[in-house]
Amino acid sequence: METKNNTILRNEMEITFDAISVNEAFARVAVAAFVTPLNPTMEEVSDIKTAVSEAVTNAIIHGYDSEFDRENHREEKNQVYLHCIIEDDVLEVEVRDKGKGIENIEQAMEPLFTTKPELDRSGMGFAFMEAFMDDLEVNSGPGYGTSVVMKKKLGTTSWILQEE
Amino acid sequence: MVIKMEENFKVIENYLMVKMPEEVDHHKSVYISKMADDYIMKEGVGNVVFDFEDTRFMDSSGIGIIIGRYKKISYFGGKVFAINTDTRIKRTLMICGLHKVIEIME
Repeated sequence: METKNNTILRNEMEITFDAISVNEAFARVAVAAFVTPLNPTMEEVSDIKTAVSEAVTNAIIHGYDSEFDRENHREEKNQVYLHCIIEDDVLEVEVRDKGKGIENIEQAMEPLFTTKPELDRSGMGFAFMEAFMDDLEVNSGPGYGTSVVMKKKLGTTSWILQEE
Repeated sequence: MVIKMEENFKVIENYLMVKMPEEVDHHKSVYISKMADDYIMKEGVGNVVFDFEDTRFMDSSGIGIIIGRYKKISYFGGKVFAINTDTRIKRTLMICGLHKVIEIME
């Protein structure tokens, strides 16, 4: 970790974990711990945890769904890749899977749209990522897996709260 | 660690009381939805109350639990309540417009 006058300029971390639901909590707590040196507010930590949870859940239940498992008999385990970069006061989180990919990204990002209503999915995952982070980029294609990159500038929530 | 989740489901008259866990995510939601549905079917309760007193984290999986139960019981005229919601949970519910179909109480 490079530091100057006790402020972090740049910090980076990468974790790879199995695509199983118990790791959703692990992923969001890991990112929350990673940003603590920036002294985020409770609100900011909650926002980040929610967004990470949404992205990781998507990778696990949509990227590596049962259909994908049936059609792909590969040696590789189903895993989720989490990559975080802190640059000044901006956190960038990438959540990536090597799953089935998204056919229609625009449709997938529509609030309330879900391909798995039978699993009680609300279709609000991407909407939450957009609401709780400042920037969201989704790269995906059938057979190529999905990469979700989210950015959040820390130290800006206090005035947004006052506005509410 | 064995968590006795059954204690978190109680039937009081025509209401199913569901005590939500500290963290509501996809991992926990599958079990909660299934248990709630079992109680709704077995006990024939008309209304469901979700108690968020202990909840410190909830993602869109929580919204899925509520909408799913709402669809099941509203068909027979039942109501869904969310109680002891802190500002964070309340905000999450309102982003999805749930305050229009369920009763939210702080």
